[in-house]
Amino acid sequence: MAEVVAKAKTGKKPTSRKKSVKKYNKKTWLTWFETMYRIRKFEEKTLLAYSQQKIRGFCHVYIGQEAIGAALVTGIRKEDAVVTAYRQHGVGLSRGLSSDSCMAELFGKKTGCVKGKGGSMHFFSKKHNYFGGNGIVGAQIPIGTGIAFAEQYKGTDNLCVTMFGDGAARQGALYESFNMAMTWKLPVLYICENNGYAMGTSVERTSNVQDLYKIGSAFDMPSEAVDGMDPASVHEAFQRASEHIRSGQGPYYLEIKTYRYKGHSVSDPAKYRTKDELNSYKEKDPVIVVEQKILKDKIASQKEVDEIKKSIVDEINTAYKFADESDYPDGSELYSENYVQEDYPFLT
Amino acid sequence: MSRILTLRDALNEAMIEEMRRDENVFLMGEEVAEYNGAYKVSKGMLDAFGPKRVVDTPIAELGFAGIGVGAAMNGLRPIVEFMTWNFAVLAFDQIVNNAAKTVSQSAGEFHCPIVFRGPSGAAGQLAQQHSQTFEAWLANTPGIKVISCIDPHDSKGLLKAAIRDEDPICIMESEIMYGHKGEVPEGEILVEIGKAAVRREGTDVTLVSFNKMVEVCKSAADELAKDGISAEIIDLRTIRPLDIDTIINSVKKTNRIVVVDESWPFAGVSSEVTYNVQKFAFDYLDAPVIRVNSADTSLPYAPTFVEEFLPSPAKIITAVKQVMYR
Ligand SMILES: Cc1ncc(C[n+]2csc(CCOP(=O)(O)OP(=O)(O)O)c2C)c(N)n1
Ligand SMILES: [Mg+2]
Repeated sequence: MAEVVAKAKTGKKPTSRKKSVKKYNKKTWLTWFETMYRIRKFEEKTLLAYSQQKIRGFCHVYIGQEAIGAALVTGIRKEDAVVTAYRQHGVGLSRGLSSDSCMAELFGKKTGCVKGKGGSMHFFSKKHNYFGGNGIVGAQIPIGTGIAFAEQYKGTDNLCVTMFGDGAARQGALYESFNMAMTWKLPVLYICENNGYAMGTSVERTSNVQDLYKIGSAFDMPSEAVDGMDPASVHEAFQRASEHIRSGQGPYYLEIKTYRYKGHSVSDPAKYRTKDELNSYKEKDPVIVVEQKILKDKIASQKEVDEIKKSIVDEINTAYKFADESDYPDGSELYSENYVQEDYPFLT
Repeated sequence: MSRILTLRDALNEAMIEEMRRDENVFLMGEEVAEYNGAYKVSKGMLDAFGPKRVVDTPIAELGFAGIGVGAAMNGLRPIVEFMTWNFAVLAFDQIVNNAAKTVSQSAGEFHCPIVFRGPSGAAGQLAQQHSQTFEAWLANTPGIKVISCIDPHDSKGLLKAAIRDEDPICIMESEIMYGHKGEVPEGEILVEIGKAAVRREGTDVTLVSFNKMVEVCKSAADELAKDGISAEIIDLRTIRPLDIDTIINSVKKTNRIVVVDESWPFAGVSSEVTYNVQKFAFDYLDAPVIRVNSADTSLPYAPTFVEEFLPSPAKIITAVKQVMYR
């Protein structure tokens, strides 16, 4: 995965695109920094809590992929929908779910965003137009397409950001969805978060086509590869894509090249990749690079940056305490929320 | 010589032995080769057999299950591993509409000797999508056979028999029981498909179960013994075809039966067992058949839900006391 950021508008050959040169104001830079720093600290706390067995089950963290979360805050609208897979803590936070409610969900507490029912893979929030984390690889691709179908049907100019991994891009559901979305010009922004691996399987080992953005060309879907370690590049790609989609021209597809620093889940030692490879990405760590840029270009003072950091650390510590001190849901809640019908006659 | 093996290693041996025996047998699935299996069941197999016979696939369950079906129709004997049966739902078209129907719709011109295998059932706090059992779903379908077992010896023998069987077979294992140990003698083991095992003899009540719930039944039986209640435990091992005779013979002796089944209650394995017992042992029953299932709900994440949801020794003991009017 080179630095090169290629762009493949339909039919055209991919061209390389330089890093973002646009100027952004202080607020935007600080939003990106704050969002990424929040996700990083949240995930570090998650790993700690997992090691303390306060969080159980499958747990997939977003460390390394934060720049995409940052761009989700600035690159699309609050009214837009988002749906993704199980690597979703950072996406939920970017949508505006509180650290408290997310951490409590990971702890399985009744104060969690879905009352301890979903855990690490399944945050949801209607208020934040967040249609959830999905545990079945690729399942959210048609679902996101359907969410977009509903927006088109209702006549809004909202879109649905439909996120999936490089591994998920091999599911048949993607090809069926791309085809229908393109045929019906649905307002969907497909995002492949290509972090190089699906569990222990590298992208190279799953297809003859390794540039995942090229998948779009079979459908004449505008498709680009984007540098996912740089929030500005991702933000700009989101803006280009959403402008196209909102103009009624149908879907747009971004392959965002990123990297997960940790294993697939907490139980994966990630022996299938080299330290050098990992370090090559850590050198472009978006959280560090953006902080340095803010300071170097005097976008904000050291003091302002330190204050943001402190307030985030406090927020995450508070979230941990909130989660820890909250109660588990009562076991009898097992029977609530299986059906909308409240007096559904369960077999006992 | 007898040895103690984990379920994981017993399954691993079964596949290795059958691949040595028949070069048309191959293993295919996600992470089976280079990663040695998501749960290490295929450990060492890539080294032993190479990438032609131990094949890593992309995440494409429908596709590779269908590739397995086609390969089986064309003379090979695939073992298709699903990382868990929850993901095999994507492949049900190929299992149910094709593997199961090959012999029938081709009037025997073709058949489909394929094994689909992987773990099934709840495995801790994995939430709704990752905690399901599929024995009843698949056993509902004529044309396939369904095995669900965690005893290392029997699992090895059943897997070997399944690989040699000419019909498509679905095998359900268990994520949290791969480390479960048992005695497995060295040398050839084949266990007949379609036969239950009496895991413990008893006189007062029959507990019918399968997969990891057999172990829960054993804990319950230990407790019941302290109360002077002698429970007979039957491990179905094969779900389809169902070994009704072994169940009926036991009920004729104990006159009371509790079915313990991790699947949901509606139209499940427990209903099928219960139907057969009332049909063939009606006159021997001293109490209605009672079943202990997982709750008739999805399984959410929090630990309080897992506890409430699953069958437990306490729930089994309550059911046994009910059929014994104690
Ligand atoms: C249908 C299905 N098959 C297999 C799995 C098991 N599984 C969970 S995550 C994963 C890898 C997915 O990789 P990718 O799409 O690249 O996402 P990433 O984990 O890198 O974010 C697999 C195979 C699953 N959850 N669902
Ligand atoms: Mg990936």
